[in-house]
Amino acid sequence: MLEITVISGKGGTGKTSLTGAFAQLAANHVICDLDVDAPDLHLLLDPAHERVEKFISGHEPLIDLEKCTDCGECERLCRYGAVKRNADGPFIDVIACESCKVCVHFCPAGAIEWNRRQCGEWYISRTRFGPMVHAQLFPGQENSGLLVTLLRNEARQLAEARGLDLILSDGSPGIGCPVISSLAGTDLAVIVTEPTPSGIHDMERVADLCAHFRVAAAVLVNKWDLNVEQTRAIETICQNKGLALVGRLPYDPVFTEAMVQRQVVTEYGRSPLAEEVRSTWARIMDIARLKQQAA
Amino acid sequence: MIVVVASGKGGTGKTTVAASLARIWDGPVQAVDLDVEEPDLHLFLKPDLTGRETAVMPVPKVDESKCTACGACAELCQFKAISVLAGHLLVFPDMCHGCGGCLAVCPEGALTETGRELGEILSGTAGGVDFLMGRLRIGEAMSPPLMHEVYKRLNRKKDVVIDAPPGTSCPAMTAVSGADVILLVSEPTPFGYHDLKLAREAFQPLGKPMGLVINRAGLGDRSLYDYCRATNLPILLEIPFDRKVAEAYSHGLVISEARPEYADLFRRLCEQLRGLAAPVREAANA
Amino acid sequence: MSKIAVSSQGPGLNDQVDPRFGRAAYFVIVDPETMTSEVVDNSAAKTMSGGAGIQAAETVVKAGAKVVLSGFIGPKAFQALRTVGVTMGQDVDGMTVREAVELFKAGKVSIAEQATKPGHWA
Repeated sequence: MLEITVISGKGGTGKTSLTGAFAQLAANHVICDLDVDAPDLHLLLDPAHERVEKFISGHEPLIDLEKCTDCGECERLCRYGAVKRNADGPFIDVIACESCKVCVHFCPAGAIEWNRRQCGEWYISRTRFGPMVHAQLFPGQENSGLLVTLLRNEARQLAEARGLDLILSDGSPGIGCPVISSLAGTDLAVIVTEPTPSGIHDMERVADLCAHFRVAAAVLVNKWDLNVEQTRAIETICQNKGLALVGRLPYDPVFTEAMVQRQVVTEYGRSPLAEEVRSTWARIMDIARLKQQAA
Repeated sequence: MIVVVASGKGGTGKTTVAASLARIWDGPVQAVDLDVEEPDLHLFLKPDLTGRETAVMPVPKVDESKCTACGACAELCQFKAISVLAGHLLVFPDMCHGCGGCLAVCPEGALTETGRELGEILSGTAGGVDFLMGRLRIGEAMSPPLMHEVYKRLNRKKDVVIDAPPGTSCPAMTAVSGADVILLVSEPTPFGYHDLKLAREAFQPLGKPMGLVINRAGLGDRSLYDYCRATNLPILLEIPFDRKVAEAYSHGLVISEARPEYADLFRRLCEQLRGLAAPVREAANA
Repeated sequence: MSKIAVSSQGPGLNDQVDPRFGRAAYFVIVDPETMTSEVVDNSAAKTMSGGAGIQAAETVVKAGAKVVLSGFIGPKAFQALRTVGVTMGQDVDGMTVREAVELFKAGKVSIAEQATKPGHWA
């Protein structure tokens, strides 16, 4: 089974729109949206939920005001400023809370409960391009990568059950915990970048992350003709780091027009951009298969 | 006044708005990049960076001569940063969240604090604007501890414009928690509208005044505008979709430099932000 | 001969080895002389957002194992187990628990000098 994960250090490079197009072009696959903090792929793929599950992870404290003596010990000990007050008395601000359990442990009155916490929801759905595994993390929750891992495991199980041989994932943005969870064990990371100072800077950081965790990576430059100089700079970086350049996509309003119509660019009529996306996908599959054979 | 520029989704133009605001600000101002995973404000403001510190987080260190391997610390630790195996005490500094629980619970006083490197904090100036940023060490999984360290170094005698990380999970919430006013940036496309709603709902409980900048206006559809009207989210500025602006951005120019007429629009934005923040700050000072 | 803990996808000797140590479903603790076994659940570690390897290490040490056999062991679990002198056999997957133990008894398992893979959160 092949696993390809599309990432970008920086947001707004077109990662999700491109993953949507790849989802159309791919065959025999499961689609996975690992951007659980701000998922967008469903806006293009219009998934119909077949299964809805709670994502429960960790615990959170809750002050029982009937037992609380208002001694202030929890407030004194909390290093995150999570003990606040309102008219009723002290309460825990669960957004600021790190779930370290110190307040629960040290409360002299044993007045703080330690309850399981629902951090989000996850789904198995069907779409016009195939089955999809996705989720929504509730705001302010720690995006620890556990939900990402759960989704990847569900995607693998689904693929095995249905005899599918490719998992195509829209990865988390950035370089932190959730990206690491998106990348671990993937066959190929496709880094989407743009020829701007932020695009290049963030692409290098995420490429370093891939190297640090020994994940094979390839690069795709979106909106390449916005700045030919910067695109050349990206090509040089790719050469120096031994990263394959799988595509150069031109800046074209059709990219956004398709999205507004809730379509992926490769199903939204013919355009030079759509053709280039097709060639790029063919190159990605070639490289991914080679990597898999070599392993 | 502390303005935090945030967005549900990355790539809406948050950093370029923060940079433009800092450039035209009517008074002493500090520009701060709290997007410690992928900082890029410095690419636009191009500061002269003169200060560099390593930020550390307190993690436990064991004095073997005092430790009895009772396991109280390991039992309390929710993060497996401290563990007792067959009479040996092991510390895993990478896992530590700095809660201080183990130190507080140790009956023998065998634990003290040492530092784990989070990343670096850089400071300097960019043409009259004070500049401050954090940069997370590669492989470091947690942003908020470094962000808190940057927050401690804010120059509160000046106005502060903060470039927040995108999204609505932990790091973004940490960035907006100290705001007097939150300036959201979005684009009127389905993704932009969807993520703006998520961000608004996520930040609502903080009770801070919010305003919106619509970037790339002219693309997309009316859903975002209808939403703003229906929910009373003030649209403070619209920046039209303009290839010239996109190209200028690709050269590292801020909007007010790409199109000088925008400088006036940003000055107006600055005034409106003061207006939004005023009632909150008066209440706080009362 | 000391007890051997094998990361496993199921509770018995005939179940497949689970290639991951930290997030294995179970540990089958085997007495290599009698080839009897007991199972220890690893659900405490599986649901952790971080530190699963450390939790798993605690679990196998508490169960009295002096040898661990698994597919790959991450750096924190490795560090933990090495500190307490537990022998680690890696790359033991694609077989049953029983087969893994027999292989170890025959001296054919590669003993790890360092962790197989860099740590991650998967």
